[in-house]
Amino acid sequence: MKHVDEYRDRKLVKSLAFRLTGQVKRPLRFMEVCGTHTMNIFRFGLRSLFPADLEVVSGPGCPVCVTDSADIDVCIAAAENENVVIATFGDLVRVPGSRGSLAESRARGARVEIVYSPIDALELARAHKDKLVVFVGIGFETTVPTVAAAVAQAARLRMDNFCVLSLHKVMPPVFARLLAGNHQLDGLLCPGHVATIVGRRAFEPLALDYGLPCVIGGFEPVDIMQALVQLAELAARREAKVVNAYPRAVAEDGNSSAWRLVTDIFQPVDAQWRGLGTIKSSGLAIRDVYAAFDARRRLDFETETPAPPSTGCRCGDVICGRCRPVDCGHFGGSCTPGHPLGPCMVSSEGSCAAFYRYGEH
Amino acid sequence: MENKKDCVTLDHGSGGLAARELVQEVFLSRLNNSRLAPLEDSAVLPAVKGRLAFTTDSYVVDPLFFPGGDIGALAVNGTVNDLAMRGAVPLALSLGLIIEEGLPLEVLERVVDSIAAAAETAGVDVVTGDTKVVHRGAADKLFINTSGIGSIVEGVEISPGQVRPGDGIILSGTMADHGITVLAEREDLGFGGQLRSDTFALNHVVAALVEHFPGGIHALRDPTRGGVATTLCEIAVVSGSSMEIWEERVPLNRPVAVACEILGIDPFFLANEGKCLLFVDPAVEGEILKALYRHPGGKQASLIGRVTDGEAGRVVLHTAVAGQRLMTPLTGDPLPRIC
Amino acid sequence: MCLAIPMRVLEVRGTGGDMLEPPLAVVEAEGVRREVRLDIVDRLPVVGDYVIVHAGFALHSLDEQQARENLDLLAMMAAGGNETR
Repeated sequence: MKHVDEYRDRKLVKSLAFRLTGQVKRPLRFMEVCGTHTMNIFRFGLRSLFPADLEVVSGPGCPVCVTDSADIDVCIAAAENENVVIATFGDLVRVPGSRGSLAESRARGARVEIVYSPIDALELARAHKDKLVVFVGIGFETTVPTVAAAVAQAARLRMDNFCVLSLHKVMPPVFARLLAGNHQLDGLLCPGHVATIVGRRAFEPLALDYGLPCVIGGFEPVDIMQALVQLAELAARREAKVVNAYPRAVAEDGNSSAWRLVTDIFQPVDAQWRGLGTIKSSGLAIRDVYAAFDARRRLDFETETPAPPSTGCRCGDVICGRCRPVDCGHFGGSCTPGHPLGPCMVSSEGSCAAFYRYGEH
Repeated sequence: MENKKDCVTLDHGSGGLAARELVQEVFLSRLNNSRLAPLEDSAVLPAVKGRLAFTTDSYVVDPLFFPGGDIGALAVNGTVNDLAMRGAVPLALSLGLIIEEGLPLEVLERVVDSIAAAAETAGVDVVTGDTKVVHRGAADKLFINTSGIGSIVEGVEISPGQVRPGDGIILSGTMADHGITVLAEREDLGFGGQLRSDTFALNHVVAALVEHFPGGIHALRDPTRGGVATTLCEIAVVSGSSMEIWEERVPLNRPVAVACEILGIDPFFLANEGKCLLFVDPAVEGEILKALYRHPGGKQASLIGRVTDGEAGRVVLHTAVAGQRLMTPLTGDPLPRIC
Repeated sequence: MCLAIPMRVLEVRGTGGDMLEPPLAVVEAEGVRREVRLDIVDRLPVVGDYVIVHAGFALHSLDEQQARENLDLLAMMAAGGNETR
């Protein structure tokens, strides 16, 4: 695979591992905030190549992990409506709300379809004109433009049976919450494809406001190792700036036309993040002018107070890097991928699931 | 409105005239052999010296037809392979079908054609069968159960209990072909014809190996549901052994690799229907590989790992970039990711 | 949350602005083909270009020259010949 195989070159990875070890001269803690980074670090066994003094923690970069229980309940309520077909990415299907998951709803007779693109959901709506197709919009800045494009097309075609339940979130506000006060981080590995959309420059406030070295990294093993080498170099000099280590996919100002489409369709709202509570302006809701495509306005959802989290569930702490999966009392015992208590264990890219599947336990 | 004559109806399962006609026209015409033809309540087999192996499996795959095979081929090859994995020579198969009312007869005929072809290739007869028809909605088109009886030559002991530290771990060919093909078909992913199920009867190649390398094959397992990773982990636990696997020695077709990347699914968790894992005496692993290469079912066989002297149940993967991680079994269905 | 892979463009369709024919590309990698939407791509690709594909959409058209430079830089870094600029 071109543009992939070159970045899985064993010799290159080995050299970078050697450089990384040389570069880490004191205990360093970096945070990555992207589920695909978590997944690929584990999948390629990169942790075994890190020097002992380097710790890479998983932050709130898994859009499924941070989806609040109450939001899952809203999806399930929609699914239980006879006239509704839920279209969702596979990631969300087993995430538990307070009354079970979408998979369990499906077992009880609800129509839940897994899709690979928001366009599949549009096609579903065209094929089932007697049903209201509700596409569950999860994902951060990489995914939101694709959903915006789907809504834009639905509007052009004047479709009346397609809508989006937006659970979308954006990253910058959550950093403010995480990094305020005495953060324990020496650097941030920034998500490459979020940066493809928003650009390198968009990460500068992070570096400046929190004195944090930031490196934007791609996802192949060479990309990740190289980004960590550069992060270690910046951390050694305590230099708070944003370096683009993924220039083949990230430009200075990103993909501005894609983001413009997002702002046409969506507007910022406050949002609930699992484990973190409400974060101002961190969510995206569909604008009034596109109300016909907003599931929250097409269907009647009672706002319920979110159920309290399972006793002892430490997803919030794991997400924020305050503890490792193994530090949670439930990990591997009462909470496993087979019977998960919280999203960190359900989502295949959740810190706990990734750790369970690929790591030590 | 479907022409009633073109579909399977409840009458076909009732045991009356329509049912007998169905058996004659669809089944006997294709599966004819001296044990099946009398349509007795039971088939009688000649006495066999030595131990018998006995296995059963049900097949509910959706869609029924996919590139490289169909439910009929799976139903024969899957059960034949389960016998072969104990070193058993297949002697006879049973065939039970549960058909949803309304299934086009043409579909049923295609499936039985496939069963006949697969049985002939495997060299085994279907000697007894049963057909039931259920109301629309009570089954998803067609469910098949096959059971198989085989005989094990004296002195042959093939089971995870025989696995020893030092054993070579061989995978007989490319991984994940079946699982990704069926997923792509079912979800209509339009990948464009590069994917094919690998359904295949392994009994001939296994019989040849067992004969030429007496005592050299310690265990066999076909990595079906759950994939290579789950099977390796299960054997590691059951045999109380530890294993090391080298990712770059695991054969993987490029289109399969790409399809898995697109969907975010790990090929180590996807089903294989024409491959087996062999745990072999290291003294003969080279020869076994050469023998596999000469066989249509083993041309891409590879020594993918070794059983080691370590913590029981622990399977370590050396990744393609020289990292290391643990392999763990699959829990639940492998779901595609997008985020 | 950034699962995306680079694929090569075989065909580009629907860029004529016709509402009923959305802009899309047929892309492939190792013979596996997909249809991806071009609504949000930063630069419309031409046949032979590689695009980064996520959720059925092309996000970005790769610049071959830049990709080559990126790789050369990496190789240099790995050899220990470069500091972070």
